[in-house]
Amino acid sequence: MNKPLHYDVAIAGGGLVGASAALALVKSGLRVGLFERRFCGAQASGVNYGGVRCQGRPAEQMPLAMRARRVWDRLPELIGIDGEFVVSGHLRLARSESDLAALETWARMARTHGLDPQVISGDAFRRRYPWLGAAAIGGSLCASDGHANPRLVSPAFARAAHAAGADIREQTELTEVGHDGTRFQLRAGDQHFTADWLINSAGAWANKIAASFGETVPMKPIYPNMWVTEPLPLFITHNLGVYGGGIYARQVARGNCVVGGGRGHGDGEYGQPSTDTTRAVMRDACALLPALRDALLIRTWSGVEGETPDSNPIVGASRTVPRLLHAFGFSGGGFLLAPGVGEVLADLITGGETSTPLDAFSIDRFTSVPTLHAL
Amino acid sequence: MTHEQRVVIVGAGPAGVRAAETLVAAGVRPVVLDENARWGGQIYRQPPANATFERTKQTLYGFEARKADAVHTTMAALLPHLDYRPDTLAWSCGRGRLDTLHAGRETGVPFTHLIIASGATDRVLPVPGWTLPGVYTLGGAQVALKSQGCSIGQRVVLAGTGPLLYLVAYQYVKAGAQVVAVLDTSALSQQIAAAPKLARQPVTLAKGLYYVGWLRAHGVRIERHVTLVGIGGEHHVRSITWHGAGNRATNETLACDAVGLGFGLRPETQLADLAGCRFRFDAQNRCWLPELDAAGRTSVPGIYLAGDGAGIAGADAAELAGRRTALAVLDDLGIAHPRGPDMPGAASLERRLQRIAVFRQGLEAAFALPVDTASQWPDEMTVCRCEEVDAGTLRGCIRSGGATEINRLKALTRVGMGRCQGRMCGEAALALLSAETGKPLEALGRLRSQPPVKPIPLSPALYADDVAEIPEEARDE
Repeated sequence: MNKPLHYDVAIAGGGLVGASAALALVKSGLRVGLFERRFCGAQASGVNYGGVRCQGRPAEQMPLAMRARRVWDRLPELIGIDGEFVVSGHLRLARSESDLAALETWARMARTHGLDPQVISGDAFRRRYPWLGAAAIGGSLCASDGHANPRLVSPAFARAAHAAGADIREQTELTEVGHDGTRFQLRAGDQHFTADWLINSAGAWANKIAASFGETVPMKPIYPNMWVTEPLPLFITHNLGVYGGGIYARQVARGNCVVGGGRGHGDGEYGQPSTDTTRAVMRDACALLPALRDALLIRTWSGVEGETPDSNPIVGASRTVPRLLHAFGFSGGGFLLAPGVGEVLADLITGGETSTPLDAFSIDRFTSVPTLHAL
Repeated sequence: MTHEQRVVIVGAGPAGVRAAETLVAAGVRPVVLDENARWGGQIYRQPPANATFERTKQTLYGFEARKADAVHTTMAALLPHLDYRPDTLAWSCGRGRLDTLHAGRETGVPFTHLIIASGATDRVLPVPGWTLPGVYTLGGAQVALKSQGCSIGQRVVLAGTGPLLYLVAYQYVKAGAQVVAVLDTSALSQQIAAAPKLARQPVTLAKGLYYVGWLRAHGVRIERHVTLVGIGGEHHVRSITWHGAGNRATNETLACDAVGLGFGLRPETQLADLAGCRFRFDAQNRCWLPELDAAGRTSVPGIYLAGDGAGIAGADAAELAGRRTALAVLDDLGIAHPRGPDMPGAASLERRLQRIAVFRQGLEAAFALPVDTASQWPDEMTVCRCEEVDAGTLRGCIRSGGATEINRLKALTRVGMGRCQGRMCGEAALALLSAETGKPLEALGRLRSQPPVKPIPLSPALYADDVAEIPEEARDE
């Protein structure tokens, strides 16, 4: 029998987290094997809305978000393309005075992390944003935020990792994962691999890997619902969100407006948009952005993402197996974070620690919660 | 039929009309949704009701006038017995419900049994210059004539392949238009080799031969086995260039101001895809088609397909398949088949459909697609006109190893992501991907449909009274 191929680090899942970890690790000289059962960056990492946003995140995510945001400035150097990343600013809209107060509170917290959001309202807001509907009475502008094209960015991280020497195995599903007390034993069909470290970055399917090591988490699949218009004259100057949620929108350089909100449906394996949700968001989008009334919608889509009960991801060490790292459950907010998570995982493997606080993301926080979904 | 049972037919072409007729004869009152303003489908398309010109059915449909009239008359007689909704786009299909758009209003149409008779559209393959104003699809050129009594130009060239090439040329010349040439990319030898299978439908074969003879007798230049080099012109079509077969063939250029470009038809399968029907690769149609049983049942209970939307077989087959599928719906509803001289039984319908299927194999062989030209498409030629993606961009992506599968190619280059959602450019992108990778079409994936089937305006959602609120737990930021 052939000797199994050995890696310093094996990665399960070729989304943006796994691919950026692969890139960071292979650059520090490690032998990296990445296993993706479909194509790299083709699931949630590649079909998400494309928001690159620190604004609106809870305090515990801020250090990781700020670190991740710095990676986005280096895309051309890291992956050879800019991924259509635009520093447009993110405008988070308020529909009431209490929303505005909440935006102010958030801004004070964000300033302690080095962000400087501006809260604008009243006439100044109306003059500055005549293209917004009357329901928006103000907003918080975070100038360093922006948006990018996930279809390009996520696969490009995998290609860059491959070019740097990582072994990227697409259409290769890990059928068996385990630890023999010394190293990880991995099988993909009749292929056999071993590894010193294992990263579980399998997104909505990460509980399958976690279950192999007896630590599933309460995570459920969600299917964000998104759509895009035909190209329109440029008018949406920022990446837009609404306090309390419901709708988000951005306009790409080509003119298409990408709008999301609500959920589609799915079976855990594939996601599909819902026409009921699409119509609800169409209506709300016309109210928020009156210029969309005369536009044509050309495509709707969805994807499969894992959501945790507290909407924070699981990032960090396994509590059952040494040298197993989890990084999944980003709950719809992972696109900005993922390249930063890749660096953090590389820190943990190459240096044994990271300067980015991860306490809130520990898998331990679910120990007392019964498993809801063993996917 | 109890009130919970609701049969919906999408399409009022030959398949949809015959399905409706069969259902009504059995006492069922179906809903018939049609994107066109008047029934008849594409093949038996009628001029607008308020047209200021008059053209007889003999002029409009030629040899097919009797059949066209029969379909029209049947539908007219059915109107009191069904819920007919013209000008209605079915833009999505979910479990038990179609989403439709009519006159700026959106309506959900529930169904328990759905017959999709959505027909076909032109199969588009690009040639250099194909995006110039003055270039139409062959089907579009025919619609202009049938529906509006218009020619696409003063000096018209019809190019590409397929039997429609000769029919449209005949119809154009008959209508008084000047057809300066018919340029057929397939060889006469292919057509002769296919003759035994074509002879299974001797009348249809004879009509095809008649058109060619008639065109020659009327001085229309016919060139076979050509390679289309390009369509010339700066702001509008001015010329077309091609060369013949053989090593010594040189380029020839002909002045013209309009080109009708056609490479056969492509089934419209999006609704079946959105409904979740299982697909299989069909070599003859060169595309993925919904799996069907002989009666027209898809893999999804309650969803049926009939006509060219299930695989190109032509109008006669569409009528038969419409009838056959309606019988399957009746079986599944537990309703007896209608009896009568005009109501053929399932076995007879299936036998006749089988004969047409053999003829169809011959036709596809006689007019094979010139897909091998994909390797010669110039880099600067636009493949996807909605998103302005050229052949060079696609090649670059494929050669860099970025894409070995069509959805991946779409994600990375935007090909097929625009207004047409790949309905027009998907075939070309696949041909290029096949040429570059050396893999057969069936190994390159299937371009997945996403709603809407065609672009829809946003504003109707503002005025509809059945639009839900987004639930609290789904209010992502």
